[in-house]
Amino acid sequence: MRSFLTTLLVLLVMLGLLVYNSVYIVGQNQQALVLNFGKPSAQISEPGLHFLIPVAQNVEMFDKRLLDLDTEPQEVSVSDQKRLRVDAFARYRIDDPLKFLQSVGSEEGARQRLNAFIGASLRSVVAGATFRDLVRDKREELMHRIASEVNLKASELGVTVVDVRIKRADLPEQNRQSVFARMKAERQREAAEWRAKGEEQSRRIRAEANRNVVVLTANATKDSESIRGEGEANSNKVMATAFSKDADFFAFYRSMKAYEGSLQANDTRVLLSPDSEFFKYFADPNGKRSPVTK
Amino acid sequence: MPWSNQGGGGGRKGGGPWGQSPDGNGKQQPDIEDILKRGQDRIKEVLPGGGGGRGLVSLLVVIGLLASVFYLFTVRVNPDELGIVTRFGKYDRQLNPGLNFRLPPPIEEVFTPKVTVVNRLEVGSGHNTDAQGNFASRDNSGQNLMLTGDENIVDVDFNVFWRIKEPRDFLFNIKDGREFLNNRQSVTVRDVAESAMREVVGKNDIQPILTQDRVKNEEAVRGLMQRTLDSYKSGIEITQVQMQKVDPPAEVIDAFRDVQAAKIDFETAQNTAQSYANKVVPEARGDAERIRQEAQAYREKIEAEAIGEADRFSKVYEAYKLAPDVTRKRIYLDTMQRVFSNMNKIIIDQKGQGTGVVPYLPLDSLQKSTTAAGQ
Repeated sequence: MRSFLTTLLVLLVMLGLLVYNSVYIVGQNQQALVLNFGKPSAQISEPGLHFLIPVAQNVEMFDKRLLDLDTEPQEVSVSDQKRLRVDAFARYRIDDPLKFLQSVGSEEGARQRLNAFIGASLRSVVAGATFRDLVRDKREELMHRIASEVNLKASELGVTVVDVRIKRADLPEQNRQSVFARMKAERQREAAEWRAKGEEQSRRIRAEANRNVVVLTANATKDSESIRGEGEANSNKVMATAFSKDADFFAFYRSMKAYEGSLQANDTRVLLSPDSEFFKYFADPNGKRSPVTK
Repeated sequence: MPWSNQGGGGGRKGGGPWGQSPDGNGKQQPDIEDILKRGQDRIKEVLPGGGGGRGLVSLLVVIGLLASVFYLFTVRVNPDELGIVTRFGKYDRQLNPGLNFRLPPPIEEVFTPKVTVVNRLEVGSGHNTDAQGNFASRDNSGQNLMLTGDENIVDVDFNVFWRIKEPRDFLFNIKDGREFLNNRQSVTVRDVAESAMREVVGKNDIQPILTQDRVKNEEAVRGLMQRTLDSYKSGIEITQVQMQKVDPPAEVIDAFRDVQAAKIDFETAQNTAQSYANKVVPEARGDAERIRQEAQAYREKIEAEAIGEADRFSKVYEAYKLAPDVTRKRIYLDTMQRVFSNMNKIIIDQKGQGTGVVPYLPLDSLQKSTTAAGQ
């Protein structure tokens, strides 16, 4: 009874081992290659539980997902002699596990080979492009071109490069300094321009103000002169009207006023002859000795 | 019964999910006790000669078994998670939050990515040391520099907010899907973010990048990232890209600041000049008005004077007309009297001397003596 139980147990264990060794699981993210004594016999891409013949067959597993590849940054020359430090990354997928196994064997191996491919394509594609193309205008297009060029060679490895992207395209240190210098110079120019513009505006505004001052004053003077002239004309007219009533009397009257006005007090000395009209009666009460007689 | 307490405690401890599941409360306890008692009885029947201590051990074994069965056949999905079940490696079904049934590993495996959590990736703020150690994201000056389309350089720090939208794609289509469950880092998001930001910055000129185009560029980066990630079928959704710092590089920032200062100087110069103009022109206007008023005053003055003078003359003339000769003489004499009254007068009889006044010149030097003589 006891030995029967033991035998049964041993048999069960052996059966278990057999089953364990004859099934394998392919994950959702995996694909498998079944080898018959090392010779590839089947490619399994359907995930799930699969069977194999123990001892005779073994299974190699490969990733089915999109795999990362970060390339070494490298300095490349663009067609206009400038140098750029380019860091790219790629995403690839194992398409043909058999080729993959035969050519590179592992992801590490694939990474090395792809790195070299991408490096070479990058250099050759970038060498034909200008700095402007790479940084600004045709980045996307260049990346596509690199990817398709890499793909030609990558198919030998059983992989497909889905995407190559330039992560960074930066200037090497020494060029960067010259860009900084240029940026600084540009900003200084801009600052100087603003200040000069300010000076220009300032002068313009001041000049305009000064002009306005001059014009205002001149116009006022003009008005002033014409007002004064008008006043003088009116005054002359009024007086002329009055005075022309008797020109002779006006001359006499005005002369009298003028004498009185101009010959003031002590600043005048006058030499008089007794013959003058004023002294008509000075010597002769009859006034016979008039100057006319002289 | 001491073992019933132990049993209850053992149940909670042994089955991880029990403690968290709703059936861990006291209401269930009698049932469990019942089951345990029955189990104990059965064990007692099977194993002959069992004492009290032996029964206790068997009871614990039964509890342990039940707990592990529960543990193996259920899975807890938190509210912020979704459960992705694979059966023998193959995708089988998706589990909603709550307690779910599953077959024990290795038949079924459950992944529980957090799908509602928005993850944040900081680029450029010093947190992103490159895993590969090459080309660390920040250069030695501590900046995240990138080339602009007009061959200038800017320093950009930005955040990317993203979440797992399609957990199935995220787990099975990209390499870092499962790693993310452990280390919360996604190489794919980082790589794509850096590439997209540089591409967008490279397409634009420095001035708009620094100023008005921030939001536009954020959106452009987000769109570009989303397109790239969709082309990978990554199941990732970029919810937002946020520029943290967009500055000129430290080496040239002073020059940029000086431009701002120059703009202010420009304004200041303009304002100063304007205030000068605002002072001078009104003053001139006032002066002009003064000149005009003065002229007006002069005009009115001389007109009035003229009228006055004319009037006076007219009046005198009216009087004169009545007796012209007499009046003329009288006026003459009156005037002369007034004129001569205050004057130094020298009267010379020309006939007596015959030589006139000439010998007495220069008159100024004689003034004193003649004055004396006159008096």
